[in-house]
Amino acid sequence: MTPRDPLDRLLDSFAARLGAEAVVRDAGRLHVYAGDGSPMHDALPRAVVFPRDTADVAAIVRACADARVPFVARGAGTGLSGGATALDGGIVLALNRMDRVLAVDPVDRTATLEPGVRNLAVSEAAAEHGLFYAPDPSSQAVCTVGGNVAHNSGGPHTLKHGVTVNHVLGLTLVQPDGHVVRVGDGACGYDLLALLTGSEGTLGIVTEVTVRLLRRPETVVTLLAAFDSIEAASEATSAVIAAGIVPAALEMLDAEVVTALRAAFGFEFPGGAQALLLVECDGVLPGMDEELADVSTLLREHGALSLRAAHDDAERAEIWTARKKAFGALGRIARHYYTQDGVIPRTRLPEMLRRVREVAARRGLRVANVFHAGDGNLHPCILFDSDDDKTKRNVLEAGAEILRHCVELGGSLTGEHGVGVEKREWMSTLYAPDDLAVMARLRDALDPSGLCNPKKVLPLGAGCGELSALGRRAAL
Amino acid sequence: MSAPDAPPAHATHAARPLSDALLDPSCVHCGFCLPACPTYSVLQTEMDSPRGRLQLIEGLGTGRIEPTPQVVAHLDACLLCRACETACPSGVAFGERMEDARAAWHDAPRPLGRRLVERMLTRVVAAPPFVQRMLLGVGARLLALGDGLAAPFPLPARVRTAFALARQFDPRREPELVEGFVAMPRGRARLRVGLLLGCVQRHLFDDVNAATARLLVRAGCEVVIVRGQGCCGALASHAGQRESARSLARKLVAACDAAGPLDRIVSNAAGCGAALHGYPHLLPDDAEAADFAARTVDALELLDELGLPPARRAVPRRAVYHDACHHAHAQGLRAAPRRLLEAIPGLELLPLPDSERCCGSAGIYNLLEPRTADALLDDKLSRLHATGADTVLAANPGCLLHLRAGLLRARLPIEALHPLLLLDAAHRVLLDDEGEALLDADHAEDASA
Ligand SMILES: Cc1cc2nc3c(=O)[nH]c(=O)nc-3n(C[C@H](O)[C@H](O)[C@H](O)COP(=O)(O)OP(=O)(O)OC[C@H]3O[C@@H](n4cnc5c(N)ncnc54)[C@H](O)[C@@H]3O)c2cc1C
Ligand code: SF4
Ligand code: SF4
Repeated sequence: MTPRDPLDRLLDSFAARLGAEAVVRDAGRLHVYAGDGSPMHDALPRAVVFPRDTADVAAIVRACADARVPFVARGAGTGLSGGATALDGGIVLALNRMDRVLAVDPVDRTATLEPGVRNLAVSEAAAEHGLFYAPDPSSQAVCTVGGNVAHNSGGPHTLKHGVTVNHVLGLTLVQPDGHVVRVGDGACGYDLLALLTGSEGTLGIVTEVTVRLLRRPETVVTLLAAFDSIEAASEATSAVIAAGIVPAALEMLDAEVVTALRAAFGFEFPGGAQALLLVECDGVLPGMDEELADVSTLLREHGALSLRAAHDDAERAEIWTARKKAFGALGRIARHYYTQDGVIPRTRLPEMLRRVREVAARRGLRVANVFHAGDGNLHPCILFDSDDDKTKRNVLEAGAEILRHCVELGGSLTGEHGVGVEKREWMSTLYAPDDLAVMARLRDALDPSGLCNPKKVLPLGAGCGELSALGRRAAL
Repeated sequence: MSAPDAPPAHATHAARPLSDALLDPSCVHCGFCLPACPTYSVLQTEMDSPRGRLQLIEGLGTGRIEPTPQVVAHLDACLLCRACETACPSGVAFGERMEDARAAWHDAPRPLGRRLVERMLTRVVAAPPFVQRMLLGVGARLLALGDGLAAPFPLPARVRTAFALARQFDPRREPELVEGFVAMPRGRARLRVGLLLGCVQRHLFDDVNAATARLLVRAGCEVVIVRGQGCCGALASHAGQRESARSLARKLVAACDAAGPLDRIVSNAAGCGAALHGYPHLLPDDAEAADFAARTVDALELLDELGLPPARRAVPRRAVYHDACHHAHAQGLRAAPRRLLEAIPGLELLPLPDSERCCGSAGIYNLLEPRTADALLDDKLSRLHATGADTVLAANPGCLLHLRAGLLRARLPIEALHPLLLLDAAHRVLLDDEGEALLDADHAEDASA
């Protein structure tokens, strides 16, 4: 690289603004920022920069736009669809240093946060007021609220409390040309908050988030039910929901996952069981016993072999740690895991799980299942040990097949992990060209130069230009 | 598999033959270790996180990246505190991988100052104890001289602290315990144990060793101060000087072997204990070393296991317990020390938030990476201060020195002590001028029994 390289000059200017230490540009260290939580996607960025505030982000984005250098935001890099990878030789804006809780308002029950604040830190900051932040991805101890907004993340408690978009009240956005806008805050007109939440960092970089806080439930009871088959556990899930009960969380873990959890945490599985359901009920004290009794009866009627309730906080925390670290614990039983994130109508769960098993068996692969059963959000984790391309291709194809089955059963490609690089080509199985064209035009309007997290979400096959042409024709 | 846009990821630099463990990719990149890592919280780049360091190690191992000074600096900036192992659901043996990596890239370019300090200190710890005493004596005299000469001048806080800290130690004092000494309990010994004095501990915290021996005897052990024991090799191992670590380890195993049958080998410094437990990794295929490692135990753990008679006197203090990293994260030792302390009458054990977070000492890390070490120390001090405790207990000489320096500099009226000292204070028999046992009235019968 010659010193006259425009990128070098650009990076020099960032170093002048942020300090030399806040600009990483040597290939060795950039290696660390090549990938996220997914084992399948990586791309070496050309640089990583560490802005400290909105003004820094705006200045960097503006300079990138002027120099026509692509850029991508990164939170904690726990994304599972390659969303934070820098394609097209872009630079990464690592937002982990923007990690201040700017305000907690116990009266209005809101918190205003920088994007690099960890999800769990929001609830920690709110705890002294008896409040908490509801969306709780399993990665919540690590992932950032910026990443949560980008992926519209959910978690075990999404069943009752909804996903990120239901809790975001306002955003500050640095647009792809460097302009700073504030969105939301009860405005009328187009619901830009809903548009931006889940836009996977392709419409700008979020530099401030205002979220809603909820009051901590008066009582919480967590039940652990064991079943002799994953089908029986699925039937029980449907039965609970069909009875009109909305538990706070309803999670399923299969035998492979429990093996991993036993290795990691000494988590014990009742003998003979092949699946566990974790059901949490919360709310006010009156009515709680009734709900618990109803749930217990339904679980028993649908074949629960045993039922255990965790009443105290320590026991509950133990169960949840095991559940939330389940993906991580898969490293105990395989070198890699590749998780899918399909959504299906809940009633099709048993059918879908059977299909997953068939796909895996046909391809000689092992699958571990740990997922949000209550919302029909499946996470089949395909386990594999070798790094060779043949294995990886087999795994990727198995993932794709599983997603095809989801769509066939009337479901969707992603519940919460985003489309990213991973599923962009699959978008056309779910959407008609016209539908995709509307999205492409929207993206063109908000990021005309296409530099903001390029090549994510929308399929490459039909490039944005073509898609918008299609869309225009469709609109005529 | 890379996305289509990724540059080709073939090896461009010489890969090194590494142990399988180094290339074992059981890290699934979940990131749970990030918030647990002290250096990530201070330096805030992923190269300074466990996940990032593992990626650097893997990249180096496969030859995908070059051991440039920038890359190696991030391996060196690791405390080896192993908090990431506690956080990791996948069970990645981070400490072993980092030690392997430091050994494999021991010859990579590093700043001269670091090389010198590292080499000097690892030599000193490997030197015979009498040489160490001499060096310490000279050092202390130089510091005293410097202190006197520099008194009228404004000095950086760090230097002043070093002077003040040096005044706390008297290198001329004769050690209470000498190698070869054997202490017998009353009646039949329950166990015959070898006590390791530690290379730092034996000179600076000899009182802790004496306390350990007394407590072990009180718990019914025959205590042998193993002759020719030397250093456990922890510092050399952390610095990537694998061969010297190995020869120190072999020497120690042989010395303990020569001391006759030992049921247990006891250490009272968290760092040493962790290193001893790591011998099977340091000396693979060495059955003797594996057997040795299986017999090693921390003094606090053993005392908890054996149980002590009721304390002889109260120790009225308000104390907090700081978990040394190599206790909590490397040996999973958390409950035993607290159980022992809670049994001391008069001792109020207050909770210390984030008690398992590294104080920044980490062997000689505080000398090599002072900025990061100080940031962690400041954090620890403010938490200590907020508890209102008068005593902080830490079972590792490195932590004690580092905490004392910080407490002096911040002028906080908190004493940093090894927990075994408090335990001993509650249990030991004090003698009057005539050599008669001075007993606490309440517990007199017990001691005279
Ligand atoms: C063990 C594990 C468990 C998980 N469990 C769940 C779960 O239960 N539910 C769930 O929904 N997800 C889960 N995930 C996925 C992941 O944690 C979430 O998608 C999370 O929101 C990503 O946050 P992050 O900070 O790591 O973002 P990153 O991975 O760094 O980035 C993700 C995307 O967000 C964009 N982005 C990040 N910050 C900003 C910003 N400030 N402005 C604009 N764009 C931005 C990036 O460009 C990228 O496209 C899990 C992941 C792991 C590894
Ligand atoms: S917690 Fe363990 S598996 Fe997860 S990223 Fe860290 S080292 Fe890897
Ligand atoms: S050993 Fe400590 S400093 Fe090193 S990576 Fe692990 S947590 Fe971080």
